[in-house]
Amino acid sequence: MDISFDLLINALVSGLLLGGFYAALSLGVSISFGMLDIVNIAHPTVVILGAYFAWWLNENYGLDPMVAGIVMSPLFFLMGILIYRIYYDRFEKEGGDSLRGLAFFFGILFIIEMILILLFGVDYRNVNVSYTDATIKFGLLNVPYRLLIPFVFSVSLLLIIRWAFKKTYFGRAVSAVAQDPLALQLMGVNHIKVKGYAFGLSLVTAGIGGALLIIIQSVQPAAGREYIGLVFAICVLGGMGNLMGTLFGAMILGVAESFTATFAGPSWSPAVSFGLLLLTLAFRPQGIFGK
Amino acid sequence: MTHNNRNFYFSFIVALGFLFSLPFWVDSEYFFFAAFSVLQFVILSSAWNILGGFAGYVNFGSAAFFAIGSYAAIAGYKLGFPQGICILMGVAAAGIIGFAMGYLTLRLKGVFFSVATLAMSVVLFTIVTNTPFLGGARGIYVIVPRESPIGVGQYVHWLYFLMVGMAAIAIVISRAIQYSWLGEGLKAIRDDELAAEGLGVPTLKLKLIATTISGALMGLAGTTFPYLITYIEPTAAFNLSFAVNSIAMPIIGGIGSWLGPLIGAVILSSIQQIASVNLSSSFNLLITGGVLVLFVTLAPNGIIGFFKKRDGK
Repeated sequence: MDISFDLLINALVSGLLLGGFYAALSLGVSISFGMLDIVNIAHPTVVILGAYFAWWLNENYGLDPMVAGIVMSPLFFLMGILIYRIYYDRFEKEGGDSLRGLAFFFGILFIIEMILILLFGVDYRNVNVSYTDATIKFGLLNVPYRLLIPFVFSVSLLLIIRWAFKKTYFGRAVSAVAQDPLALQLMGVNHIKVKGYAFGLSLVTAGIGGALLIIIQSVQPAAGREYIGLVFAICVLGGMGNLMGTLFGAMILGVAESFTATFAGPSWSPAVSFGLLLLTLAFRPQGIFGK
Repeated sequence: MTHNNRNFYFSFIVALGFLFSLPFWVDSEYFFFAAFSVLQFVILSSAWNILGGFAGYVNFGSAAFFAIGSYAAIAGYKLGFPQGICILMGVAAAGIIGFAMGYLTLRLKGVFFSVATLAMSVVLFTIVTNTPFLGGARGIYVIVPRESPIGVGQYVHWLYFLMVGMAAIAIVISRAIQYSWLGEGLKAIRDDELAAEGLGVPTLKLKLIATTISGALMGLAGTTFPYLITYIEPTAAFNLSFAVNSIAMPIIGGIGSWLGPLIGAVILSSIQQIASVNLSSSFNLLITGGVLVLFVTLAPNGIIGFFKKRDGK
């Protein structure tokens, strides 16, 4: 196959855009898994829950999915605090093995999936907004708004949260929890509360990620499973708890997927991104951008 | 817990005799389909428990090993080998992949290992989907005779006999490991890997043995699956529900002993079979999820934990 320049550049750009969107999906995992050491395997399913909420708000009240994503944030925040509360009481307090905590989140994954199936059925849902089919042209480049808008939204979300972690009291407390929870307790900070808020924040990003997902593609209740591997892969590639690393990791995976899809066929793309992850784990377990 | 070989083998043989006698007095053919999948999960969860329960390494890729077993058996079938050879091929292939995976990933701790097994599962899925010899994404048919090769009953009865035998092998292996030096070493790894290594336990070697045996047994569970449904395609063979059930069942039964996965698998998959007949198969997930959350929050040591004394072990 001859590789033309415009095919290459278009694959690159759509890979970067896709990667930016993946960053929104993995941002929350970077917080919960990378900083709080909570393996929330149900995170992608919460993303799907967010997609369904956004779809429902769009269908009934005509809200733009991104507006819907912000409107429903408090709900996801509360859900996060509640789930963390149960998780803390039952698993974290006693220390002990992470396996049961993992199983707990597996259970939550299936319960959310079932609730979605019971409420909405197993059909694919999608939203139609004014920019769904529009594209913008830069010379050789064809950029669909459908990818561009989630990209901008997602990257700005990540940058805002990164700024907040660096500059605000709450953000610094979360980073402190990640580094040394005991010291934080001795300083008189309620680390359970801090972790609860941070976990709530991670689910807020999942909800917003879901609202972006429904702009990009249609969803069905079990769609979250396809992203479990992806979000953890990005989080590990980028280095644990490193938000900029998460952004770069997401872009690397996006570009790898887009190139394989363009030059070898879409059915190969998971093998490339996960092969990349396997190699990273085997030879550089701290992630490409880890210290 | 007492370690009494005579009692174990006595009840084991009684149970086997009972299971082998079922086709002679149970009429319903459906019963054997249901029993087949219960036994399938007995093997899967016993196999998962060898690495996940004894050593504390959580494998998310059970479905991949199951699928390797299925697809290696299919490859043997397509090349015209007899069923016995196909089954051995499935076991060998899954064992080899288990060894390779262990070699690549066992330096990783905790969740990183789990993420790696998940990644491996996706990579293998993609390879199978893109391999025309194995039917690709469209799947592949297996033609089975209607009669049982041993002359007793239908073909499903023959598969049932095979499955009872395989489950028996899995249980004996799992129990033997628990009471051997291997089991002791794996337990030491679970409790404190660094300390175990410091005290001279060859941790890497033990973990490699465990992943190989565990992988081979998961493959064993998969080898007969294509013969039962006479058709196999990647999404069915790599189904997440195999991976999740093989984690959920040992947890519900009680991890770390050979008996827990057996109890968990029999109870949970029987409930699932009854639910899919009486309600709908999509309720299986809700049952697994709900029971799992209930158990891990309220009964952390599983069903076995109810019978064990709190202090003594």
